[in-house]
Amino acid sequence: MMAGIIFIFSVAALLQFFISYCRSLIAASSKQVLSAEVKDVTGIQRIATGDDFKRIMQLLRLCPDRPEDHNSVQAIGAYFSLLSFLRSTVARLVPSMHAWTESEFGQCAYFAAVALESGISFSRDMLAQQMDA
Amino acid sequence: MLGPYTYFTWLACTLLEAAVVVCALRQGAFRRYLPLNLWMLLEMLSGLSRFYVLYSYGLQSNEYFYFYYYSEALATIALYFALTSLYARVLEELNVESYVQKAAILLLSGTAVFSYLIVRQSSHLLVTHFVVELSQNLYFVGLVLTYLLWGAMLKLRESRTRVIQFVLSLGVFFSMFAANYAFRNLAPDLRWLWGSLPPVFDCLLPLAWCYTFLRIPEDARLVPSRLAVVPR
Repeated sequence: MMAGIIFIFSVAALLQFFISYCRSLIAASSKQVLSAEVKDVTGIQRIATGDDFKRIMQLLRLCPDRPEDHNSVQAIGAYFSLLSFLRSTVARLVPSMHAWTESEFGQCAYFAAVALESGISFSRDMLAQQMDA
Repeated sequence: MLGPYTYFTWLACTLLEAAVVVCALRQGAFRRYLPLNLWMLLEMLSGLSRFYVLYSYGLQSNEYFYFYYYSEALATIALYFALTSLYARVLEELNVESYVQKAAILLLSGTAVFSYLIVRQSSHLLVTHFVVELSQNLYFVGLVLTYLLWGAMLKLRESRTRVIQFVLSLGVFFSMFAANYAFRNLAPDLRWLWGSLPPVFDCLLPLAWCYTFLRIPEDARLVPSRLAVVPR
């Protein structure tokens, strides 16, 4: 009985901390302005949407892995999956949640675009170093 | 005999813990976040010492058995004090540091007494049961304390991004362990599941802290209410 209560409380707290942590990662990157080049590549002109996310993730996989970004991108990928799950279950019962998940999807896509931007500049730096060597 | 999965996560975790300290030193943040960095160092040394004891005495030895549980309990207590240092940092303007320390010691003693009361019936392996119970309870107390700290941060509009990310990642860490211990009590037969998760959990906190030290500048600020799951 006690273990069950602790389990439910811990899982609820885990979800809450995980969502807030992912939003803190997203918020830290939302201040960065995307270059015109990345906007062209990703198709993000004004506001990013959930549909952009999967496409940007595919583009990100083509870039060399930047170690410090790798795990945050994975965390946001997990957050995106969690949001997809919420949209297909809870959001059907609570309509206001549908709009919330849509806006979160867009922010996930913007985060991925910022990661793509830093991945592109990382691969350019690597190329420049190889040319110099 | 430990499998390749355990050895791999063990090595990865120890390297990541070392990486946190290196990142903090490189960013000039070692002293600013001293308790967190000391805990990381302690975890790293504990991982290396465990490996030494395992190599010297073997997996089935009493030496390894006791060393494993005692180092685990000590590391949990150290993490508990690292968490209280975050409390002191968040509440620094209220000048309540001494109260936080006293409350932390009181709560730790209370948890230890509670753990003893639970295990005192089992005379067989009393000491080992006690450290396991203490670790388990401290993870849950740590989770509740992190939850309260996060609530206080939202209330006080704490905006330092690094502090926010340290607290939130600690919350994820404590809640994963607390949930895993509760699951262990609920389903003791599913050892293959609850036994294989903690090494992965152990790697996540140093990964998150490495990211924070490397990518988040000390002067970065956030609006904390934007992070709450329920908008404020």
